[in-house]
Amino acid sequence: MTTTTAPTLTPVERPAATRTPRVRFRDLVAAEWIKLWSLRSTKWSFLAAAFVVLGENLLSAWGDYSNYPDYSAKIKAVFVPYWALGDAFNDGSAFLLVIAAGAIGANLVVNEYGTRLIRTTFAAVPARRSVMAAKVVLATGVFVVFGALIVGVSFWADEAILSLRHAGLSIGYPGALRVTVAAALLAPIAALIGMAIGAVVRHPATTMVLLIVLNVVVPALLLDQRRLSATIDEAMPITAWARLPAIGDQTGPGPIGMSMAHAWIVYAAWAVVSVIVTVVVPARRDV
Amino acid sequence: MIEIQELTKRYGGKTAVDGLTVTVRPGHVTGFLGPNGAGKSTTLRMIIGLNRPTGGSVTVQGRPHASNPRGLWYVGALLDASEVHGGRSASGHLRALARSNDIPRARVAEVLAQVGLADAANRRIGGFSLGMKQRLGIAAALLGDPQVLLFDEPFNGLDPEGVRWVRGLFRQLAAEGRTVFVSSHLMSEMQHTADHLVVIGRGRLIADESLSDFAARSVRPTVSVATPDAVRFAEILREQGVRVQSTGVQTLEVADLAAARVGELAFTHRVQLHELTTHATSLEEAFMDLTADSVEYLAGDPR
Repeated sequence: MTTTTAPTLTPVERPAATRTPRVRFRDLVAAEWIKLWSLRSTKWSFLAAAFVVLGENLLSAWGDYSNYPDYSAKIKAVFVPYWALGDAFNDGSAFLLVIAAGAIGANLVVNEYGTRLIRTTFAAVPARRSVMAAKVVLATGVFVVFGALIVGVSFWADEAILSLRHAGLSIGYPGALRVTVAAALLAPIAALIGMAIGAVVRHPATTMVLLIVLNVVVPALLLDQRRLSATIDEAMPITAWARLPAIGDQTGPGPIGMSMAHAWIVYAAWAVVSVIVTVVVPARRDV
Repeated sequence: MIEIQELTKRYGGKTAVDGLTVTVRPGHVTGFLGPNGAGKSTTLRMIIGLNRPTGGSVTVQGRPHASNPRGLWYVGALLDASEVHGGRSASGHLRALARSNDIPRARVAEVLAQVGLADAANRRIGGFSLGMKQRLGIAAALLGDPQVLLFDEPFNGLDPEGVRWVRGLFRQLAAEGRTVFVSSHLMSEMQHTADHLVVIGRGRLIADESLSDFAARSVRPTVSVATPDAVRFAEILREQGVRVQSTGVQTLEVADLAAARVGELAFTHRVQLHELTTHATSLEEAFMDLTADSVEYLAGDPR
């Protein structure tokens, strides 16, 4: 430390003495926006997530492109829409997106606890629920955009590759829009779930472990169709995702018994519960 | 003004703050003293609403801080300089805080200049020394130009120049009519900083008085005397009803008698003196005595 010699104290301009503080929610959202982008790691996290998810998608579309000439006539007959739509945003990408968005979302909350910045934050804004609500609003906005971008680019690029075999489809194809919306929404939902876990656990590493358990381990363990397993499985966001792309009376593996409405409700329920937990829990505890 | 009423905080079976009642008045620098673990930080955290009291209440400017939707306008607090994100720049950190409280952005550069961090504004906090982090924390506390300021161990990590600067700042803030409450576990730091002292030990109030009153407690001077005639002089002093202790072959320690009077007696009785020195008990010792008492008292407490 070299150049921090104390200046002579001059009387400070006194904005506070002459003004009444305005209490506006958008100031809190703006503050969270500043916090998010004033960390260099934010940009890199998003870029890395985009790279991995897009990479996985493009590779699988490329695979179908390469193998297409060898596919049987039976497969070729149903390639559009089933396979083409599957390539638009495949299951591997969905998992990766859920993990990445969950981790970045969780970090929005848990890095404040990890660094104990949360004390500075809550002392500056004692309305804790408003602080957490601002985080939720910001995260929802950012991840809706992020999810839409990634899924949009995936869809466009994958279908462009497949169209070289005349096997692609457009966003106007029945069900295509639903698939992309369902995929894009995975990002904000996973982020909100991550935030909720972070708000409860408050410990960075534990939060990440729980995220993986919830999104990867639990769905993997519940593949059997016993009643309890199936019930839990059908309550998982990633399972709901797997149902939503289905077109018409699809047959084959997957969560068959689940209705489309059920899948959307699972999405909504995770989002709502996560928001409530994130907003309510930190306000009730000492920090 | 900070009004603390019967404030109590328990963690499981451990009582961190125990029925504390204190009023911290504006226009003074009030030192908040106690040994490590006395409950100072817990008290400060309850003042700004980070921790909820188990019992009692605390208000700042007449209302609980937790009920202010925005805090920086009312209370500026530096509780722990490490409560920042090392990945952000100093100005990024302050800009977010300012924005959350609807404080104009220009104020960020102002407070950074005031604490001497203008040149480091765009550097990552992670690379700051502890002293620089303390300055950043002070900048954050000043951001909303509040009437009440709290500082927990603000001198940690500051160089001597920084210590002097912080003292000047505290006095100036108090002179402007603000309430300045500064905790420390070192009396020596408070001696030149505070004009009022609140001393706690094991979560209980031990003293709440002006620095001069506190200093008066500690004026129990002893006079040390070196003389080849130690035995005879001790006898003479005892005849005067003075408490004397022999501390060596030729040295005595005299309590409750001014050095001048000791010299006079020596002169009258033709005792040759080699040394005559007054030892005032320092504030530090007074503080140690006081808190040691509280520890002893509590050791017998069936809690």
